Amino acid sequence: MASGKKRDLRVYPGFRGMTWFCMALLYAPMVVITVYSFNSIRSITTWGGFSFDWYVKAFNNPSIQQATLNSLIIAFAAATFATVLATSAAIAMIRGRSFRGQSGVFALLNLPLMIPEIVTAVATLVFFLAVGIDLGLMTVFIAHAVFCIPFAYMPISARMEGIEGYYEEAAQDLYADRWASFRYVLLPMLLPGVLSGYMLAFIISLDDFIITNMVAGPGATTLPLAIYGKVRTGFTPEINAISTIMLLISCLFVTGSYLAGRAGKRRGEQR
Amino acid sequence: MSDRDETASAVEIRNVVKVYGTGPGAVRALADVSLDIRDNEFFTLLGPSGCGKTTLLRIIAGFEQLTGGRVFLFGDEIEGLPPNRRPVNTVFQHYALFPHMTVAENVAFALRRLKKPEDEVRTRVGEMLELVKMSALAGRRPAQLSGGQQQRVALARALAPHPKVLLLDEPLSALDLKLRHTMRVELKQLQEETGITFIFVTHDQEEALTMSDRIAVMSDGEVQQVGKAEDIYERPINRFVADFIGETNFLGVTVESILGNRATCKMADGFAIECDAVGAPPPGAAAHVSVRPEKMTLAAPGDGGPACRVKRLVYLGTDTHYKVALADGAEVTVRVQNAHETSISFRPGDAAMLRFDAGAAKFLVD
Amino acid sequence: MEKSSGRTAGGIGRGRALLLTPAMLTILVFMVAPLCFVGVYSFLTPGTYGGVVWEFSTEAYIQFLFERDFLDETLVFTSSYLSIYGRSIGQALVATLACLAIGFPTAYFMATRPEHQRNVWVFLVTVPYWVNLLIRTVSMLFIIRDEGPLNAVLQAAGIIDEPIRIAYTDFAIGLGLVYSYLPFMVLPIYAAIERFDFRLVEAAYDLYAGRWTILRKVILPITLPGIVAGSLLVFVPSLGSFIAPDLLGGGKHLMIGNLVALQFQGSRNWPFGSAAAVILMTLVLIALMVLIWLKNRNRVEGR
Repeated sequence: MASGKKRDLRVYPGFRGMTWFCMALLYAPMVVITVYSFNSIRSITTWGGFSFDWYVKAFNNPSIQQATLNSLIIAFAAATFATVLATSAAIAMIRGRSFRGQSGVFALLNLPLMIPEIVTAVATLVFFLAVGIDLGLMTVFIAHAVFCIPFAYMPISARMEGIEGYYEEAAQDLYADRWASFRYVLLPMLLPGVLSGYMLAFIISLDDFIITNMVAGPGATTLPLAIYGKVRTGFTPEINAISTIMLLISCLFVTGSYLAGRAGKRRGEQR
Repeated sequence: MSDRDETASAVEIRNVVKVYGTGPGAVRALADVSLDIRDNEFFTLLGPSGCGKTTLLRIIAGFEQLTGGRVFLFGDEIEGLPPNRRPVNTVFQHYALFPHMTVAENVAFALRRLKKPEDEVRTRVGEMLELVKMSALAGRRPAQLSGGQQQRVALARALAPHPKVLLLDEPLSALDLKLRHTMRVELKQLQEETGITFIFVTHDQEEALTMSDRIAVMSDGEVQQVGKAEDIYERPINRFVADFIGETNFLGVTVESILGNRATCKMADGFAIECDAVGAPPPGAAAHVSVRPEKMTLAAPGDGGPACRVKRLVYLGTDTHYKVALADGAEVTVRVQNAHETSISFRPGDAAMLRFDAGAAKFLVD
Repeated sequence: MEKSSGRTAGGIGRGRALLLTPAMLTILVFMVAPLCFVGVYSFLTPGTYGGVVWEFSTEAYIQFLFERDFLDETLVFTSSYLSIYGRSIGQALVATLACLAIGFPTAYFMATRPEHQRNVWVFLVTVPYWVNLLIRTVSMLFIIRDEGPLNAVLQAAGIIDEPIRIAYTDFAIGLGLVYSYLPFMVLPIYAAIERFDFRLVEAAYDLYAGRWTILRKVILPITLPGIVAGSLLVFVPSLGSFIAPDLLGGGKHLMIGNLVALQFQGSRNWPFGSAAAVILMTLVLIALMVLIWLKNRNRVEGR
């Protein structure tokens, strides 16, 4: 297919090398910390054998356990809230004619993405204290729920745009009212996007540090906060263990979100 | 096609106007369309893309709202009703089968939304699948079906809830040629069997001619002509219809005299011909007449018709198309059936004579 | 007869507005309102133990550039806060350039892979970005600190005798920024190059242009929108970055993010923190407007 001349043209010396360097840069730190988390002895230079000891130690710690629980509760709650709102918003934005102020609404929906996280963090803190809400788990939940909306919105709206309008027209034509059309036709077709959005929102919440750091009250420590606290006092292998777990969960959810989005696209292409 | 008696209108469209947008950029999709579609009729909206036929169909279905005019279904005004409250169902151009449901579930959809008891649903679904010959594939998903099969399911799905009128939006356009011919016959039979009014939209004039009881030819948001296939073909009202349906020749003539149903006209080279007087302008006026290629034939040069010269020919087996030039240079297509042993009697460059019956030339409103 | 359907031309239907309301309301109350608070607070006076006193004052903004002399209350120009902003902009610029140097060849390489391979590459580049930024930064710190593997390897290989101080330097912060936001330089450039019609390259080659000339004169100008997008996607977050300077800089090399956070945690000068945040937002806004201007200019020039 490609002539020898053309192949020569597209290849630049050093580009391949730079790509591998880039990949190494991106993955090395995560790989390294994972490897060390399994080192049975607490040494940088010697390998003491494969062991889960640090994992056991880390998660036997009650404060870590509490932090994990908090993180999961908030992530589930925030992701659910954000996904429901984002789905509702996506349906309104994408179905039907464009309306006045649509780009304004779009900007608002994506606002959390455009503001630097530290600004969002202090603004939320200021707001809570000014209004008189005590810092605690609830404040973290609220902050996360808002922040996750655009992340849920992205895959859902992408999926929505891929669904042709005639399916809902057919549903209406066949005597379905608005709710039945949504429940029996749109939602099932939208599901891969909703799932993808949920997983993205979940992991964004689970991983968040900056905002959580600002608005968490006592007793509302999340896993990232716990890790940060521990790192400040010095590196221990437990930190490696917890970090590896979080890396794993992140990767899993991101991959899951990506696959869910792809499955939806593939299904939509069969016609 | 047997003669139908003047039964009540199934769908009455009165002065419908549809405009998209406002101000200078507004698009006028339909301009004052009025039609009377009878019960148990296979009615076709025919026209090129952009003529408004699909818009009209969607207005009847309820997916678009009209800007002006009224639409009646068996006497009831339906404009205020959303699509899910009109006893009208649609077969979509891309079928729109729900991909996450099986064939049977698709067909059952409307009945379930109407809260029909489950055994009634099951029976009806079975009936419909029988009707379109898809019973064996009831458990399949749409993605596993061929185009023709999907179309049948779409039909069954639309017919299941006993609609009063069935709307079909270019349902055959995605099928290949052979399948299209088969489906034309099946659709026609289906309409006759069920007795439901079919409103069929297409840009394919052959489809319209073969399937319809009556055709409405549309262009630029207006109805150009309504009538039976024969009427539209033999007596096109204007240039657009004459040109859109089948092929035709336009000859420039000057009217000399009118007597009874014949108008004597002079062609550019002075030769006098007898035209159908319907629609003829007063004597002295210049006009165009349309003559279908198959109404003409070629003969050896003589006095019986205008002189011409053969420019080229296309041999089609069953007939031969001759492109001839008249004395004033105008080009005319003549279609001669190869009924005799020698198929080709004239060669390019030959001089010949055009012959056609008196009254074959028709006047058009431009 | 005009049909009224409750929908005015250009307006949104009632049902759709209802669907949008929850999300809009949430964002307005918990995002826009807080931001307004910050804006307002930047013009108030700090309270003694944190919080604000509702007295109008521009002290917060003045504090940026000037210090009040203790005795006679005159303003003395102080550059400490300015230098933080200056350093932040510098760090962000350096990070952007580094990402460009690494990211462009990578994106180019990826875009010229066979079709099926490309998705894999894109996936590989995307995943690190979505993985916990804190953990990634912690991992980076783990490697480069004095007792970390990097120093250990270098010492074991005999290249150095004593551990090199990499952690807690400006370099470490830069490294952290590049590490954090590199994928977002690669992806837009990749998208631009993927769309690029390589027949143009062939045409140029036909006209005796060398490989690097082609890169400079043909490929670069056409993929410029991608480069600009990627640059902004690295510059803006780098500017407001908190984690990298905090962990990798040891709290000594403050960037804007740290400065702002400090005002609400340690120093408890809310108006000043708010002002710092407002200035950061302004810088971000300027950067965004530069992007839009560049995009429009590019479009006008017909590509």
